[in-house]
Amino acid sequence: MLAEFLQYLFTGITIGATYALIALGFTLIYNASHVINFAQGEFLMIGGMATVSLTAMGVPMIVAVVLAVILAGILGIALQRFAIAPAKQADVVTLIIITIGASIFIRGIAQVVWGKEYHVMQNFSTDQPIQVFGAVLNSQSLWVLGIGAILVVGLVLFFTKTLIGKAILATSMNKEAARLVGIRTQMVLMLAFMVSALLGSVAGIVVAPITFTSYDIGIILGLKGFVAAAIGGLGSGVGAVVGGLSLGIVEAMAAGYISSDYKDAVAFSMILLVLFFMPRGLFGAKVVERV
Amino acid sequence: MFKTVIRRAGKCAAVAAASLMMMSAQAAEPIKIGSFLSVTGPASFLGDPELKTLEMYVEKINEEGGVLGRQLELIHYDDVGNASSARNFASRLIRSDRVDIIVGGSTTGATMAAVPLIEQAQVPFISLAGAVVITNPVKKWVFKTPQTDRMAAERILTDMKDRGITKFGLISGTGGFGSSGRTQTLEVAEQMGMEVVADVTYSGSDTDMTAQLTNIRNTKGVEAVLNFGFGQGPAIVTRNYAQLGMELPFYQSHGVASDSFLDLAGSSAEGLRLPASPLLVPDSLPDDDPQKEVVQNYKAEYEARWNSKVSTFGAYAYDGLMLAVRAMEEAGSTDPEAVRDALENIKGYVGVTGVFNMSPEDHNGLDPESFRILEVQNGEWKLIN
Repeated sequence: MLAEFLQYLFTGITIGATYALIALGFTLIYNASHVINFAQGEFLMIGGMATVSLTAMGVPMIVAVVLAVILAGILGIALQRFAIAPAKQADVVTLIIITIGASIFIRGIAQVVWGKEYHVMQNFSTDQPIQVFGAVLNSQSLWVLGIGAILVVGLVLFFTKTLIGKAILATSMNKEAARLVGIRTQMVLMLAFMVSALLGSVAGIVVAPITFTSYDIGIILGLKGFVAAAIGGLGSGVGAVVGGLSLGIVEAMAAGYISSDYKDAVAFSMILLVLFFMPRGLFGAKVVERV
Repeated sequence: MFKTVIRRAGKCAAVAAASLMMMSAQAAEPIKIGSFLSVTGPASFLGDPELKTLEMYVEKINEEGGVLGRQLELIHYDDVGNASSARNFASRLIRSDRVDIIVGGSTTGATMAAVPLIEQAQVPFISLAGAVVITNPVKKWVFKTPQTDRMAAERILTDMKDRGITKFGLISGTGGFGSSGRTQTLEVAEQMGMEVVADVTYSGSDTDMTAQLTNIRNTKGVEAVLNFGFGQGPAIVTRNYAQLGMELPFYQSHGVASDSFLDLAGSSAEGLRLPASPLLVPDSLPDDDPQKEVVQNYKAEYEARWNSKVSTFGAYAYDGLMLAVRAMEEAGSTDPEAVRDALENIKGYVGVTGVFNMSPEDHNGLDPESFRILEVQNGEWKLIN
């Protein structure tokens, strides 16, 4: 009984941690520009696929991971520079549509470069699962949770302790005012895209040994990450983490105790319920209309 | 002066004669083979090898002189795995390209969307998709080359029974392939007096099936587990199965019978069994197996031409094209009615997928034994029976 519950919990937390990392990426860019970046899932895919193909070429794992993350970072900057920046006068909806276009473009390129097959990545450490009270835990899950936690702490420090982090926060609060005090807002936007691409690619890499990776893995994971961000309240870092974890756990519990047929239905009912009673999400900012 | 005029006239005559001859050669119009396949999109792993196979063998047949003294012309469209575009392309093949026969339809959805049009237009159609609904009930103009999922279920359950298993857990994908396979498995199990004690599903995009497998593991009386699905899902199921340390006999369906599945599932696949085309084990087939030569040739030719691994799905297209050619040769024309009748009466055609014996009641022509039961041993397929 306990073993069963623990098993579902482990499954949920692992996948939930991934959702949380993706949701954080959404949150970052949303904060900086109010754009929902639907190419977020593609960063995840780039991370996983680049690592797999580099290791296949004989590059050591660690180097491959670093290179893949750098590649994703460059892609994030390129996305902002070449797709978002040229349309700076456009309204938010247009920008969101641009990100959808960009995601299709990136996916297309990936399909041509890496093919359409699924690829495997080896576990970072042992393949041997860990037994906990009768439930089994994939050792890779610990990596996902550990790296997820480090990233979250790192992000918090980045935003509260560094000047650049504060500049991003300032831009998100009031772009005009930020510009007036000398913050280069275009630069900040680019940074936000880069950091969120880094986050996404790391998530893609740590989760790839569990989920496999392919050129289209970003679609569904990106969407789930967006759901997590919306549940938590778009724009809230805590919300993204809580939203991601709770989405993952609810999904796993639904699959285990009710039926896997209703798994997605339960997850999406959850977002309906949350948004119905708390329209700005669990941790969404209180908005005061100023007249 | 006079001589040169004569010489010129001679030249002109020669040129005219030559061009006349060329014209008459052109007059034997090519036989048009139409095809709509899911070359890109989610079902591209089906359509891509299918198209490559068709292109390659149409070329080869043309080099060898064509069919009935006429060249073959392949007209194909990519339906991107979308049933409504499959229907549109089928309509274009019939109405504007006026093809003589259609070999295509990578997925059951695409095939079934095109069937009503094709039945109405009365063009022979050989489908490359799996589900049993395509040829059962029999449709006058529709044939298919892959075995049905029902045969796969029969083959797996027979193997279980041989091992003394009567109660098993079923985990299936919610996609078309998985859910049709699930229905067939439940029916076959009932017929064979076996019991499905656990019945869970997962959706194609799921990334972890530990919860579902835990559910099966905790069900009383489970003696084996069967996973019906395709894509990466079954590979994840296989890995989770190993991680959970489950040691019951484990079966997969023919949906994942490919080398890429072995790559994905890795050492977790050790010991699992599945029904598959002999194409996976061309060299371990016994020498008296009639299919051995066909299978080996197809594999060698495909891999030499495309420099990529051969797939079971491409073999469906090979059999489809060869059946079409054979029917036209036997009919002696491309008259749709005659070709259809010839197709229906093909007996003993030895293909890559199996030995086809068509009849008016059976437009598939294969029996469950055309599947071989394979087991994964030391990371490779091993022929069991």
